[in-house]
Amino acid sequence: MRSFLHRHPGVRLAGLLSAPLLWLVVAYLGALAVLLVSAFWAVNTFTGEVVREFSLQNFRTILTEDVYRNVTLRSVGVAAAVTVICVVLAVPMALYMAKVASPRSRHWLVIAILTPLWASYLVKAYAWRVLLANGGPVDWLLGGPGRGPGYGLFATIIVLSYLWLPYMILPIYAGLERLPDSLLEASADLGARGSRTFRAIVLPILVPSIFAGSIFTFSLSLGDYITVQIVGGKTQLIGNLVYANIGAANNLPFAAALAVIPVLIMVIYLVAVRRSGALEEL
Amino acid sequence: MTLSAWSRWGLRVFMALGLLFIYVPLLLILVNSFNGDRTFAWPPHDFTTRWWSAAWHNGGARDALWTSVKAGLGATAIALVLGTMVSFAVQRFKFFGRDTVSLLIILPIALPGIVTGIALDSAWRSVIEPLGLGKGLFSVIVGHATFCVVVVYNNVLARLRRTGTSLEEASADLGAAPGQTFRFVTFPMIRSALLAGGLLAFALSFDEIIVTTFTAGPGITTLPIWIFNNLFRPNQAPVVNVVAAVLIVLSVVPVWFAQRLAGPAAGASRT
Repeated sequence: MRSFLHRHPGVRLAGLLSAPLLWLVVAYLGALAVLLVSAFWAVNTFTGEVVREFSLQNFRTILTEDVYRNVTLRSVGVAAAVTVICVVLAVPMALYMAKVASPRSRHWLVIAILTPLWASYLVKAYAWRVLLANGGPVDWLLGGPGRGPGYGLFATIIVLSYLWLPYMILPIYAGLERLPDSLLEASADLGARGSRTFRAIVLPILVPSIFAGSIFTFSLSLGDYITVQIVGGKTQLIGNLVYANIGAANNLPFAAALAVIPVLIMVIYLVAVRRSGALEEL
Repeated sequence: MTLSAWSRWGLRVFMALGLLFIYVPLLLILVNSFNGDRTFAWPPHDFTTRWWSAAWHNGGARDALWTSVKAGLGATAIALVLGTMVSFAVQRFKFFGRDTVSLLIILPIALPGIVTGIALDSAWRSVIEPLGLGKGLFSVIVGHATFCVVVVYNNVLARLRRTGTSLEEASADLGAAPGQTFRFVTFPMIRSALLAGGLLAFALSFDEIIVTTFTAGPGITTLPIWIFNNLFRPNQAPVVNVVAAVLIVLSVVPVWFAQRLAGPAAGASRT
Protein backbone atom coordinates (compact mmCIF):
# COMPACT_ATOMS: atom_id res chain seq x y z
CA MET A 1 0.00 0.00 0.00
CA ARG A 2 2.69 2.41 1.09
CA SER A 3 5.00 1.67 -1.83
CA PHE A 4 2.05 1.73 -4.18
CA LEU A 5 1.24 5.26 -3.01
CA HIS A 6 4.87 6.21 -3.30
CA ARG A 7 5.10 5.06 -6.89
CA HIS A 8 1.82 6.64 -7.94
CA PRO A 9 1.78 10.35 -7.11
CA GLY A 10 -1.39 10.60 -9.18
CA VAL A 11 -3.23 8.45 -6.68
CA ARG A 12 -1.93 10.53 -3.79
CA LEU A 13 -3.05 13.68 -5.57
CA ALA A 14 -6.48 12.24 -6.26
CA GLY A 15 -6.79 11.30 -2.61
CA LEU A 16 -5.96 14.82 -1.52
CA LEU A 17 -8.17 16.56 -4.03
CA SER A 18 -11.25 14.38 -4.25
CA ALA A 19 -13.02 15.39 -1.03
CA PRO A 20 -12.42 19.16 -1.29
CA LEU A 21 -13.27 19.24 -4.98
CA LEU A 22 -16.34 17.13 -4.43
CA TRP A 23 -17.44 19.72 -1.90
CA LEU A 24 -16.58 22.82 -3.89
CA VAL A 25 -17.47 21.62 -7.38
CA VAL A 26 -20.49 19.44 -6.68
CA ALA A 27 -21.96 21.25 -3.69
CA TYR A 28 -20.98 24.83 -4.38
CA LEU A 29 -20.60 25.15 -8.15
CA GLY A 30 -23.55 22.79 -8.54
CA ALA A 31 -25.66 25.05 -6.37
CA LEU A 32 -24.55 28.08 -8.33
CA ALA A 33 -25.39 26.30 -11.58
CA VAL A 34 -28.87 25.42 -10.34
CA LEU A 35 -29.31 29.05 -9.36
CA LEU A 36 -28.22 30.21 -12.78
CA VAL A 37 -30.60 27.82 -14.51
CA SER A 38 -33.52 28.79 -12.33
CA ALA A 39 -33.00 32.40 -13.39
CA PHE A 40 -34.49 31.32 -16.71
CA TRP A 41 -37.59 29.87 -15.11
CA ALA A 42 -40.70 31.70 -14.01
CA VAL A 43 -43.30 31.62 -11.28
CA ASN A 44 -46.94 30.96 -11.97
CA THR A 45 -48.64 34.04 -10.59
CA PHE A 46 -51.74 32.15 -9.48
CA THR A 47 -50.29 29.10 -7.78
CA GLY A 48 -46.90 30.46 -6.79
CA GLU A 49 -45.32 27.29 -8.22
CA VAL A 50 -42.05 27.48 -10.13
CA VAL A 51 -42.60 26.77 -13.83
CA ARG A 52 -39.56 25.00 -15.26
CA GLU A 53 -39.68 26.35 -18.78
CA PHE A 54 -36.92 28.28 -20.40
CA SER A 55 -37.65 31.96 -20.87
CA LEU A 56 -35.74 35.19 -20.92
CA GLN A 57 -38.60 37.10 -19.35
CA ASN A 58 -36.80 37.75 -16.03
CA PHE A 59 -33.80 39.28 -17.75
CA ARG A 60 -36.02 41.27 -20.09
CA THR A 61 -37.79 42.75 -17.08
CA ILE A 62 -34.50 43.64 -15.40
CA LEU A 63 -33.11 45.29 -18.51
CA THR A 64 -36.21 47.23 -19.47
CA GLU A 65 -37.63 48.44 -16.17
CA ASP A 66 -36.08 51.58 -14.77
CA VAL A 67 -36.26 50.44 -11.16
CA TYR A 68 -33.82 47.60 -11.72
CA ARG A 69 -31.43 49.59 -13.85
CA ASN A 70 -31.33 52.36 -11.25
CA VAL A 71 -30.77 49.96 -8.39
CA THR A 72 -27.97 48.20 -10.29
CA LEU A 73 -26.27 51.48 -11.09
CA ARG A 74 -26.72 52.65 -7.50
CA SER A 75 -25.22 49.42 -6.14
CA VAL A 76 -22.21 49.58 -8.44
CA GLY A 77 -21.83 53.25 -7.58
CA VAL A 78 -21.90 52.53 -3.87
CA ALA A 79 -19.37 49.71 -4.26
CA ALA A 80 -17.09 51.95 -6.33
CA ALA A 81 -17.42 54.89 -3.90
CA VAL A 82 -16.64 52.62 -0.94
CA THR A 83 -13.58 51.25 -2.75
CA VAL A 84 -12.30 54.75 -3.58
CA ILE A 85 -12.83 56.00 -0.01
CA CYS A 86 -11.03 52.94 1.35
CA VAL A 87 -8.08 53.47 -1.01
CA VAL A 88 -7.84 57.16 -0.10
CA LEU A 89 -7.84 56.35 3.62
CA ALA A 90 -5.73 53.19 3.43
CA VAL A 91 -2.77 54.37 1.34
CA PRO A 92 -1.53 57.08 3.75
CA MET A 93 -2.19 54.88 6.75
CA ALA A 94 -0.36 51.91 5.25
CA LEU A 95 2.45 54.21 4.12
CA TYR A 96 2.85 55.51 7.65
CA MET A 97 2.79 52.02 9.10
CA ALA A 98 5.30 50.58 6.65
CA LYS A 99 7.71 53.44 6.12
CA VAL A 100 7.49 56.00 8.94
CA ALA A 101 6.61 54.15 12.13
CA SER A 102 9.38 52.49 14.11
CA PRO A 103 9.41 48.67 13.90
CA ARG A 104 8.10 48.45 17.43
CA SER A 105 5.14 50.74 16.95
CA ARG A 106 4.56 49.16 13.53
CA HIS A 107 3.86 45.90 15.30
CA TRP A 108 1.25 47.55 17.51
CA LEU A 109 -0.31 49.46 14.63
CA VAL A 110 -0.86 46.22 12.72
CA ILE A 111 -2.61 44.84 15.79
CA ALA A 112 -4.67 48.01 16.10
CA ILE A 113 -5.85 47.63 12.49
CA LEU A 114 -6.40 43.90 12.89
CA THR A 115 -8.42 43.89 16.09
CA PRO A 116 -11.61 45.53 14.73
CA LEU A 117 -11.73 42.83 12.04
CA TRP A 118 -12.56 40.35 14.77
CA ALA A 119 -15.33 42.50 16.17
CA SER A 120 -18.66 41.50 14.70
CA TYR A 121 -19.75 43.07 11.42
CA LEU A 122 -23.22 43.55 12.80
CA VAL A 123 -21.91 45.20 15.95
CA LYS A 124 -20.02 47.77 13.89
CA ALA A 125 -23.00 48.56 11.69
CA TYR A 126 -25.06 48.85 14.85
CA ALA A 127 -22.51 51.24 16.37
CA TRP A 128 -23.02 53.54 13.40
CA ARG A 129 -26.78 53.28 13.73
CA VAL A 130 -26.39 54.65 17.25
CA LEU A 131 -23.84 57.26 16.13
CA LEU A 132 -26.02 58.58 13.32
CA ALA A 133 -29.35 58.36 15.16
CA ASN A 134 -31.48 61.45 15.27
CA GLY A 135 -30.12 63.33 18.29
CA GLY A 136 -27.24 60.86 18.55
CA PRO A 137 -23.55 61.69 19.03
CA VAL A 138 -22.93 62.87 15.45
CA ASP A 139 -25.90 65.22 15.57
CA TRP A 140 -24.78 66.41 19.00
CA LEU A 141 -21.28 67.10 17.66
CA LEU A 142 -22.69 69.08 14.74
CA GLY A 143 -24.95 71.16 16.93
CA GLY A 144 -28.29 69.48 17.56
CA PRO A 145 -30.83 66.92 16.31
CA GLY A 146 -31.12 66.73 12.53
CA ARG A 147 -27.78 68.42 11.87
CA GLY A 148 -25.93 65.22 11.00
CA PRO A 149 -26.34 63.22 7.78
CA GLY A 150 -28.83 60.81 9.39
CA TYR A 151 -29.70 57.48 7.75
CA GLY A 152 -29.59 57.14 3.97
CA LEU A 153 -27.33 56.54 0.99
CA PHE A 154 -24.53 58.69 2.37
CA ALA A 155 -24.60 56.86 5.70
CA THR A 156 -24.53 53.53 3.84
CA ILE A 157 -21.38 54.50 1.96
CA ILE A 158 -19.65 55.74 5.12
CA VAL A 159 -20.52 52.65 7.12
CA LEU A 160 -19.51 50.23 4.36
CA SER A 161 -16.18 52.07 4.01
CA TYR A 162 -15.74 51.81 7.77
CA LEU A 163 -16.48 48.08 7.71
CA TRP A 164 -14.11 47.16 4.88
CA LEU A 165 -11.26 49.63 5.53
CA PRO A 166 -8.96 47.08 7.26
CA TYR A 167 -9.31 44.76 4.25
CA MET A 168 -7.76 47.52 2.17
CA ILE A 169 -5.07 48.63 4.65
CA LEU A 170 -3.62 45.16 5.25
CA PRO A 171 -2.73 44.14 1.66
CA ILE A 172 -1.36 47.63 0.91
CA TYR A 173 0.72 47.52 4.08
CA ALA A 174 1.98 44.04 3.20
CA GLY A 175 2.96 45.28 -0.27
CA LEU A 176 4.74 48.39 1.01
CA GLU A 177 6.55 46.47 3.70
CA ARG A 178 8.13 44.25 1.07
CA LEU A 179 9.44 47.33 -0.74
CA PRO A 180 13.06 47.72 0.39
CA ASP A 181 14.06 51.16 1.64
CA SER A 182 17.27 50.93 -0.37
CA LEU A 183 15.22 51.15 -3.57
CA LEU A 184 13.72 54.43 -2.42
CA GLU A 185 17.11 55.77 -1.38
CA ALA A 186 18.57 54.77 -4.74
CA SER A 187 15.81 56.64 -6.49
CA ALA A 188 16.48 59.74 -4.40
CA ASP A 189 20.24 59.44 -4.95
CA LEU A 190 19.64 59.33 -8.67
CA GLY A 191 17.88 62.66 -8.36
CA ALA A 192 14.20 61.71 -8.40
CA ARG A 193 11.90 63.93 -6.42
CA GLY A 194 9.39 62.49 -3.99
CA SER A 195 6.57 62.52 -6.50
CA ARG A 196 8.69 60.82 -9.16
CA THR A 197 9.78 58.13 -6.72
CA PHE A 198 6.16 57.59 -5.77
CA ARG A 199 5.10 57.20 -9.39
CA ALA A 200 7.99 55.06 -10.57
CA ILE A 201 8.64 52.82 -7.58
CA VAL A 202 5.89 52.91 -4.98
CA LEU A 203 2.93 52.89 -7.36
CA PRO A 204 3.86 49.69 -9.27
CA ILE A 205 4.07 47.91 -5.92
CA LEU A 206 0.89 49.53 -4.72
CA VAL A 207 -1.37 48.69 -7.67
CA PRO A 208 -1.65 44.90 -7.20
CA SER A 209 -2.19 45.40 -3.46
CA ILE A 210 -4.91 47.94 -4.08
CA PHE A 211 -6.62 45.60 -6.51
CA ALA A 212 -6.37 42.80 -3.98
CA GLY A 213 -8.01 44.98 -1.34
CA SER A 214 -10.60 46.21 -3.81
CA ILE A 215 -11.82 42.65 -4.40
CA PHE A 216 -13.05 42.70 -0.82
CA THR A 217 -14.32 46.26 -0.63
CA PHE A 218 -16.10 45.97 -3.97
CA SER A 219 -17.56 42.51 -3.60
CA LEU A 220 -18.58 42.89 0.02
CA SER A 221 -20.32 46.19 -0.73
CA LEU A 222 -22.01 44.86 -3.85
CA GLY A 223 -23.78 42.04 -2.07
CA ASP A 224 -24.61 43.82 1.12
CA TYR A 225 -28.19 44.23 2.19
CA ILE A 226 -27.81 44.21 5.96
CA THR A 227 -25.96 47.49 6.44
CA VAL A 228 -28.41 49.17 4.09
CA GLN A 229 -31.27 48.02 6.27
CA ILE A 230 -29.52 49.24 9.41
CA VAL A 231 -28.35 52.70 8.34
CA GLY A 232 -29.67 53.13 4.79
CA GLY A 233 -33.14 54.43 5.58
CA LYS A 234 -35.22 53.71 2.46
CA THR A 235 -32.21 53.11 0.20
CA GLN A 236 -32.41 49.97 -1.93
CA LEU A 237 -29.48 48.01 -3.32
CA ILE A 238 -29.40 44.82 -5.42
CA GLY A 239 -29.15 42.73 -2.27
CA ASN A 240 -32.41 44.16 -0.92
CA LEU A 241 -34.24 43.37 -4.14
CA VAL A 242 -32.92 39.81 -4.18
CA TYR A 243 -33.91 39.38 -0.57
CA ALA A 244 -37.38 40.83 -1.10
CA ASN A 245 -37.97 38.52 -4.06
CA ILE A 246 -37.07 35.44 -2.06
CA GLY A 247 -38.93 36.40 1.07
CA ALA A 248 -42.04 38.47 0.54
CA ALA A 249 -42.56 37.98 -3.19
CA ASN A 250 -41.56 34.29 -3.12
CA ASN A 251 -40.20 34.57 -6.65
CA LEU A 252 -36.98 32.56 -6.58
CA PRO A 253 -36.41 32.64 -10.36
CA PHE A 254 -36.55 36.42 -10.44
CA ALA A 255 -34.32 36.66 -7.35
CA ALA A 256 -31.87 34.35 -9.11
CA ALA A 257 -31.92 36.53 -12.22
CA LEU A 258 -31.21 39.58 -10.06
CA ALA A 259 -28.42 37.74 -8.27
CA VAL A 260 -26.76 37.02 -11.62
CA ILE A 261 -25.97 40.76 -11.90
CA PRO A 262 -23.47 40.94 -9.01
CA VAL A 263 -22.00 37.56 -9.96
CA LEU A 264 -21.39 38.75 -13.51
CA ILE A 265 -19.87 42.01 -12.28
CA MET A 266 -17.63 40.16 -9.81
CA VAL A 267 -16.45 37.54 -12.32
CA ILE A 268 -15.56 40.24 -14.83
CA TYR A 269 -13.79 42.13 -12.05
CA LEU A 270 -11.85 39.08 -10.85
CA VAL A 271 -10.73 38.14 -14.36
CA ALA A 272 -9.66 41.72 -15.07
CA VAL A 273 -7.82 42.03 -11.77
CA ARG A 274 -6.14 38.63 -12.01
CA ARG A 275 -3.88 39.91 -14.78
CA SER A 276 -2.34 42.45 -12.42
CA GLY A 277 -1.25 39.65 -10.09
CA ALA A 278 -3.67 40.78 -7.39
CA LEU A 279 -4.84 37.27 -6.49
CA GLU A 280 -1.34 36.43 -5.22
CA GLU A 281 -1.59 39.42 -2.87
CA LEU A 282 -4.67 38.15 -1.07
CA MET B 1 11.21 56.81 1.41
CA THR B 2 13.01 60.10 1.67
CA LEU B 3 9.95 61.73 3.10
CA SER B 4 10.26 65.30 4.21
CA ALA B 5 9.65 66.09 7.87
CA TRP B 6 6.39 67.74 6.88
CA SER B 7 5.00 64.74 5.05
CA ARG B 8 6.05 62.51 7.96
CA TRP B 9 4.04 64.68 10.30
CA GLY B 10 1.16 64.75 7.86
CA LEU B 11 1.11 60.96 7.69
CA ARG B 12 1.34 60.72 11.46
CA VAL B 13 -1.69 62.97 11.92
CA PHE B 14 -3.58 61.06 9.22
CA MET B 15 -2.81 57.77 10.97
CA ALA B 16 -4.06 59.13 14.28
CA LEU B 17 -7.27 60.35 12.69
CA GLY B 18 -7.69 57.01 10.93
CA LEU B 19 -7.36 55.13 14.21
CA LEU B 20 -9.83 57.53 15.79
CA PHE B 21 -12.28 56.82 12.96
CA ILE B 22 -11.85 53.09 13.52
CA TYR B 23 -12.14 53.09 17.31
CA VAL B 24 -14.64 55.80 18.23
CA PRO B 25 -17.71 53.80 17.15
CA LEU B 26 -16.49 50.77 19.11
CA LEU B 27 -15.82 52.85 22.22
CA LEU B 28 -19.26 54.38 21.91
CA ILE B 29 -20.83 50.92 22.20
CA LEU B 30 -18.82 50.23 25.33
CA VAL B 31 -19.84 53.54 26.91
CA ASN B 32 -23.47 53.14 25.91
CA SER B 33 -23.71 49.73 27.54
CA PHE B 34 -23.56 51.68 30.82
CA ASN B 35 -25.82 54.49 29.64
CA GLY B 36 -28.73 54.75 32.07
CA ASP B 37 -31.07 56.06 29.40
CA ARG B 38 -33.06 53.44 27.48
CA THR B 39 -32.77 55.35 24.21
CA PHE B 40 -29.08 56.21 24.59
CA ALA B 41 -29.58 59.96 25.03
CA TRP B 42 -26.28 61.63 24.21
CA PRO B 43 -24.31 62.76 26.14
CA PRO B 44 -25.19 60.20 28.83
CA HIS B 45 -26.51 61.57 32.13
CA ASP B 46 -26.27 58.62 34.46
CA PHE B 47 -24.50 55.29 34.37
CA THR B 48 -25.84 51.88 35.36
CA THR B 49 -24.87 48.21 35.20
CA ARG B 50 -28.55 47.25 34.96
CA TRP B 51 -28.34 46.32 31.25
CA TRP B 52 -25.41 44.02 31.85
CA SER B 53 -27.35 41.91 34.32
CA ALA B 54 -30.42 42.00 32.03
CA ALA B 55 -28.29 40.67 29.17
CA TRP B 56 -26.75 38.02 31.40
CA HIS B 57 -30.22 36.67 32.20
CA ASN B 58 -31.48 36.87 28.62
CA GLY B 59 -32.21 33.29 27.54
CA GLY B 60 -32.49 34.09 23.82
CA ALA B 61 -29.05 35.64 23.66
CA ARG B 62 -27.52 32.71 25.55
CA ASP B 63 -29.11 30.09 23.29
CA ALA B 64 -28.00 32.03 20.23
CA LEU B 65 -24.45 32.23 21.53
CA TRP B 66 -24.39 28.47 22.06
CA THR B 67 -25.76 27.84 18.53
CA SER B 68 -23.08 30.10 17.08
CA VAL B 69 -20.33 28.28 18.93
CA LYS B 70 -21.57 24.89 17.67
CA ALA B 71 -21.86 26.13 14.08
CA GLY B 72 -18.41 27.73 14.27
CA LEU B 73 -16.74 24.59 15.63
CA GLY B 74 -18.38 22.39 13.00
CA ALA B 75 -17.48 24.67 10.11
CA THR B 76 -13.93 25.11 11.40
CA ALA B 77 -13.39 21.36 11.67
CA ILE B 78 -14.53 20.76 8.09
CA ALA B 79 -12.57 23.74 6.79
CA LEU B 80 -9.38 22.54 8.51
CA VAL B 81 -9.58 19.13 6.86
CA LEU B 82 -10.56 20.30 3.38
CA GLY B 83 -8.32 23.38 3.37
CA THR B 84 -5.26 21.40 4.41
CA MET B 85 -5.90 18.76 1.76
CA VAL B 86 -6.19 21.30 -1.04
CA SER B 87 -3.15 23.26 0.09
CA PHE B 88 -1.02 20.09 0.06
CA ALA B 89 -2.33 19.18 -3.38
CA VAL B 90 -1.66 22.65 -4.79
CA GLN B 91 1.75 23.07 -3.19
CA ARG B 92 3.21 19.57 -3.59
CA PHE B 93 1.86 18.57 -7.01
CA LYS B 94 1.72 19.98 -10.49
CA PHE B 95 -1.49 19.18 -12.28
CA PHE B 96 -3.80 20.43 -14.96
CA GLY B 97 -6.15 23.10 -13.65
CA ARG B 98 -4.14 24.03 -10.57
CA ASP B 99 -4.80 27.74 -11.04
CA THR B 100 -8.48 27.00 -11.47
CA VAL B 101 -8.53 25.20 -8.13
CA SER B 102 -7.13 28.20 -6.31
CA LEU B 103 -9.66 30.47 -8.05
CA LEU B 104 -12.45 28.06 -7.15
CA ILE B 105 -11.51 28.23 -3.48
CA ILE B 106 -11.61 32.03 -3.43
CA LEU B 107 -14.98 32.08 -5.18
CA PRO B 108 -17.25 31.49 -2.16
CA ILE B 109 -15.74 34.50 -0.42
CA ALA B 110 -15.36 36.67 -3.53
CA LEU B 111 -18.96 36.30 -4.59
CA PRO B 112 -21.51 38.32 -2.65
CA GLY B 113 -22.79 36.41 0.38
CA ILE B 114 -26.37 36.66 -0.76
CA VAL B 115 -25.52 34.72 -3.93
CA THR B 116 -23.83 31.92 -2.00
CA GLY B 117 -26.76 32.01 0.41
CA ILE B 118 -29.59 31.60 -2.09
CA ALA B 119 -27.60 29.12 -4.20
CA LEU B 120 -27.07 26.82 -1.21
CA ASP B 121 -30.64 27.39 -0.05
CA SER B 122 -32.27 26.44 -3.33
CA ALA B 123 -29.90 23.50 -3.84
CA TRP B 124 -30.63 22.24 -0.34
CA ARG B 125 -34.34 22.52 -0.80
CA SER B 126 -34.41 20.82 -4.19
CA VAL B 127 -31.76 18.12 -3.66
CA ILE B 128 -31.19 17.31 0.00
CA GLU B 129 -34.57 18.01 1.55
CA PRO B 130 -36.29 15.33 -0.60
CA LEU B 131 -33.75 12.89 0.87
CA GLY B 132 -35.23 13.59 4.28
CA LEU B 133 -32.65 15.98 5.74
CA GLY B 134 -34.28 19.35 6.30
CA LYS B 135 -32.45 22.59 6.93
CA GLY B 136 -31.15 22.92 10.44
CA LEU B 137 -27.85 23.49 12.20
CA PHE B 138 -26.11 21.13 9.78
CA SER B 139 -27.00 23.21 6.72
CA VAL B 140 -25.57 26.27 8.49
CA ILE B 141 -22.33 24.37 9.08
CA VAL B 142 -22.18 23.32 5.42
CA GLY B 143 -22.72 26.90 4.29
CA HIS B 144 -20.09 28.30 6.64
CA ALA B 145 -17.53 25.61 5.84
CA THR B 146 -17.80 26.47 2.14
CA PHE B 147 -16.39 29.94 2.66
CA CYS B 148 -14.11 29.02 5.58
CA VAL B 149 -11.99 26.62 3.51
CA VAL B 150 -10.17 29.53 1.89
CA VAL B 151 -8.69 30.93 5.12
CA VAL B 152 -7.25 27.58 6.20
CA TYR B 153 -6.01 26.96 2.66
CA ASN B 154 -4.19 30.30 2.49
CA ASN B 155 -2.54 29.92 5.88
CA VAL B 156 -1.34 26.36 5.29
CA LEU B 157 -0.27 27.10 1.71
CA ALA B 158 1.87 30.02 2.86
CA ARG B 159 3.49 27.82 5.48
CA LEU B 160 4.18 24.97 3.03
CA ARG B 161 5.73 27.42 0.57
CA ARG B 162 8.05 28.73 3.25
CA THR B 163 9.16 25.42 4.74
CA GLY B 164 9.79 23.41 1.55
CA THR B 165 10.15 19.63 1.50
CA SER B 166 13.76 19.08 2.57
CA LEU B 167 12.95 18.17 6.16
CA GLU B 168 10.40 15.62 5.05
CA GLU B 169 12.87 14.15 2.58
CA ALA B 170 15.49 13.92 5.31
CA SER B 171 12.99 12.14 7.52
CA ALA B 172 12.18 9.65 4.77
CA ASP B 173 15.88 9.10 4.02
CA LEU B 174 16.44 8.29 7.67
CA GLY B 175 13.89 5.55 7.35
CA ALA B 176 10.73 7.06 8.78
CA ALA B 177 7.44 5.68 7.52
CA PRO B 178 5.14 8.26 5.84
CA GLY B 179 2.91 8.19 8.91
CA GLN B 180 5.86 8.94 11.18
CA THR B 181 7.10 11.70 8.90
CA PHE B 182 3.68 13.30 8.98
CA ARG B 183 3.37 13.00 12.75
CA PHE B 184 6.85 14.15 13.72
CA VAL B 185 7.87 16.46 10.87
CA THR B 186 5.04 17.73 8.68
CA PHE B 187 2.38 18.26 11.31
CA PRO B 188 4.60 20.20 13.75
CA MET B 189 5.65 22.41 10.82
CA ILE B 190 2.10 23.38 9.93
CA ARG B 191 0.61 23.29 13.42
CA SER B 192 0.64 27.02 14.07
CA ALA B 193 -0.64 27.72 10.56
CA LEU B 194 -3.53 25.37 11.26
CA LEU B 195 -4.23 27.17 14.52
CA ALA B 196 -4.18 30.58 12.87
CA GLY B 197 -6.35 29.37 10.00
CA GLY B 198 -8.75 27.65 12.35
CA LEU B 199 -9.04 30.77 14.48
CA LEU B 200 -9.84 32.85 11.41
CA ALA B 201 -12.33 30.30 10.15
CA PHE B 202 -14.11 30.26 13.49
CA ALA B 203 -14.25 34.05 13.63
CA LEU B 204 -15.57 34.23 10.08
CA SER B 205 -18.27 31.71 10.88
CA PHE B 206 -19.12 33.29 14.23
CA ASP B 207 -19.70 36.65 12.55
CA GLU B 208 -21.57 35.51 9.45
CA ILE B 209 -25.16 36.56 8.94
CA ILE B 210 -26.07 36.58 5.24
CA VAL B 211 -25.36 32.95 4.31
CA THR B 212 -26.75 31.97 7.72
CA THR B 213 -30.05 33.71 7.02
CA PHE B 214 -30.58 31.50 3.99
CA THR B 215 -29.20 28.19 5.26
CA ALA B 216 -30.59 28.16 8.80
CA GLY B 217 -33.53 25.89 9.41
CA PRO B 218 -36.53 27.02 11.45
CA GLY B 219 -35.62 27.63 15.08
CA ILE B 220 -31.88 27.95 14.41
CA THR B 221 -30.81 31.36 15.67
CA THR B 222 -27.12 32.22 15.66
CA LEU B 223 -25.91 35.21 17.62
CA PRO B 224 -25.69 37.59 14.62
CA ILE B 225 -29.24 36.63 13.62
CA TRP B 226 -30.43 37.21 17.17
CA ILE B 227 -28.81 40.65 17.18
CA PHE B 228 -30.33 41.52 13.83
CA ASN B 229 -33.80 40.35 14.88
CA ASN B 230 -33.65 42.48 18.01
CA LEU B 231 -31.97 45.50 16.45
CA PHE B 232 -35.17 47.24 15.48
CA ARG B 233 -37.00 46.62 18.76
CA PRO B 234 -36.55 49.73 20.90
CA ASN B 235 -37.28 47.76 24.07
CA GLN B 236 -34.38 45.41 23.47
CA ALA B 237 -31.88 48.14 22.52
CA PRO B 238 -29.96 48.18 25.84
CA VAL B 239 -29.58 44.39 25.90
CA VAL B 240 -28.47 44.32 22.25
CA ASN B 241 -25.96 47.01 23.11
CA VAL B 242 -24.51 44.95 25.95
CA VAL B 243 -24.20 41.89 23.70
CA ALA B 244 -22.43 44.12 21.16
CA ALA B 245 -20.09 45.40 23.88
CA VAL B 246 -19.29 41.83 24.94
CA LEU B 247 -18.46 40.89 21.35
CA ILE B 248 -16.14 43.90 21.05
CA VAL B 249 -14.32 42.94 24.23
CA LEU B 250 -14.10 39.30 23.10
CA SER B 251 -12.57 40.29 19.76
CA VAL B 252 -9.33 41.00 21.60
CA VAL B 253 -8.96 37.31 22.53
CA PRO B 254 -8.14 35.87 19.08
CA VAL B 255 -5.75 38.73 18.38
CA TRP B 256 -3.94 37.95 21.60
CA PHE B 257 -3.83 34.28 20.59
CA ALA B 258 -2.46 35.08 17.15
CA GLN B 259 0.18 37.25 18.79
CA ARG B 260 1.26 34.42 21.02
CA LEU B 261 1.37 32.08 18.05
CA ALA B 262 3.46 33.77 15.45
CA GLY B 263 3.45 37.53 15.69
CA PRO B 264 1.14 39.83 13.77
CA ALA B 265 1.91 38.22 10.41
CA ALA B 266 -0.10 35.15 11.34
CA GLY B 267 -3.29 37.10 11.64
CA ALA B 268 -2.43 39.69 9.03
CA SER B 269 -4.27 38.00 6.22
CA ARG B 270 -7.83 37.30 7.03
CA THR B 271 -8.34 35.36 3.86
